[in-house]
Amino acid sequence: MTTSIKDQTAIVGVGATPYYRRGESLPQTTMEMACKAILAACDDAGLSIDDVDGFSIYSGSIDPASVAQVLGIPEIRWATTTTSGGGGASGCVGVGSAAIVTGMATTVVSLMTLQQAKWRIGGTSDKRPDPRSGSGSVYGGQSVSPETGFMVPYGLSAPGHSFSLLAQRHMALYGTKREHFAEVVISQRDNASRRETAIKREPLTLDDYFNARMISEPLCLLDYTLETDGAVAVITTSADRARDLKQQPVYVMGSAHGGSGRWGQFIGWYQMPDDIFASSGHRPVAKRAYEMAGITAADVDVALLYDHFSPMVLMQLEDYGFCPIGESGAFVADGNIRWKTGSIPVNTHGGNLSEAYIIGMTHIREAVEQLRGVAVNQVDNAEIALTTGGPAALPVSCLLLRR
Amino acid sequence: MEGEAPATLADAPRMLPPLTDLNRPFWTGGARGELLIQRCQGCGTWVHPPTDRCPSCDGELRAEPVSGRGNVFTFTINRHPYNPAVPLPYVIALVELAEQEGLRFMTNIVGCEPDEVEIGMAVRVQFEDRGEIFVPVFAPDPDAG
Repeated sequence: MTTSIKDQTAIVGVGATPYYRRGESLPQTTMEMACKAILAACDDAGLSIDDVDGFSIYSGSIDPASVAQVLGIPEIRWATTTTSGGGGASGCVGVGSAAIVTGMATTVVSLMTLQQAKWRIGGTSDKRPDPRSGSGSVYGGQSVSPETGFMVPYGLSAPGHSFSLLAQRHMALYGTKREHFAEVVISQRDNASRRETAIKREPLTLDDYFNARMISEPLCLLDYTLETDGAVAVITTSADRARDLKQQPVYVMGSAHGGSGRWGQFIGWYQMPDDIFASSGHRPVAKRAYEMAGITAADVDVALLYDHFSPMVLMQLEDYGFCPIGESGAFVADGNIRWKTGSIPVNTHGGNLSEAYIIGMTHIREAVEQLRGVAVNQVDNAEIALTTGGPAALPVSCLLLRR
Repeated sequence: MEGEAPATLADAPRMLPPLTDLNRPFWTGGARGELLIQRCQGCGTWVHPPTDRCPSCDGELRAEPVSGRGNVFTFTINRHPYNPAVPLPYVIALVELAEQEGLRFMTNIVGCEPDEVEIGMAVRVQFEDRGEIFVPVFAPDPDAG
């Protein structure tokens, strides 16, 4: 009896609301958007909502009990959330696959829903306390706890600060330049320009990039993720069952979530050893997922890399073995991440930077469309896709999918 | 908005933590000009943020003064008015203390223009008097190099 999830499960349905600018999804609630996405995913798969018996989510995005009540789900057999914000985005599909392979559940929903009307992720400020952060956020909030008190007094106000610290070190160690960040931004905007779902579609030039407002050096406004509302859900079931459903199955080859213990609470401590400090934290999960799948970076046809901040795309290229450590700047400068012409097209959907930020679920959606052969920016003969969740505090995660 | 930001960071509001037995040495040692960091009495490892036992050997931890010298491990120059009462730009840095590799904590770099800050720059601690709390910040080390 196998104990690996490799090729044992498949994503069979994807559903989504439109992507909205921050706050423009009102008067819908996050619950409403989640349910719409789940029902759309069931419809896409040719399943009934009654078939759903599991939730493998991340960041506590939705309460399975509430969803079960609202949608009339007969029984829940699995209800887990991967911790750490966007870090668990891809890995939660792997967790759901483990539930299915063990027989503990059969049909598992993974999703994210968000609305940033009343509060903004990462928009915390000393002056405008974020009641959702309370005293638990290193970025400030209504008060400061003894633990977060080592960061907050120094004006650390948002995740952009944390990632600026990593980016600055990467530049000093390896000679990475802002032009390299710009290449990520411009390439993804180019991809988004062809997509009706994208929030930002106007093409960008290098001048546009360097004229953009600096937020916290070395990151400017264009290096930051969009702030958007919306919901995206996927449904995973056994490979056998998948073959009888409506869509071509997208098989889970491998997945991992976690990271080095020393990566630990990156955003809280910053004491990762120097050899991994200026990285995405993904090397351990990349290794485990590739081993589980029995492949290497060379086998990946399209990469949907979590891009809340452009330098983190560069660091993930290194950590997933698409180029040597420290050489991602030159790698992207050579055009390697471009759709159509690049050796490894990255974020063909435009990503968090240009399409929409649904905390990593749009990356899974795009991977599924690529492998079904229906993507807007279709990579020819795409067979294997990589999606990632985070960089973030531990755990970070990834998912390897194939058609 | 309540008027303009003050000229320097030292006059700007800081959100300060409540003091506990664990963090009190760090936040009050500056009254005597001391930057106090926990040190394991068993294996000699410096440990920060302060905690109950040594993560390496489970030994007893006691706050001891460090030299106050270190270097800028990384930094960012914030130019966004997250809090309009804080003058811009300001430098958030991780300073790695001379005593031990990896012994880093977040701070602000003061005493120079933000554009002068460089990774690897030698810095030395000074303290902002905030009453009960003395906030450790770092300035270019005049004796370095």
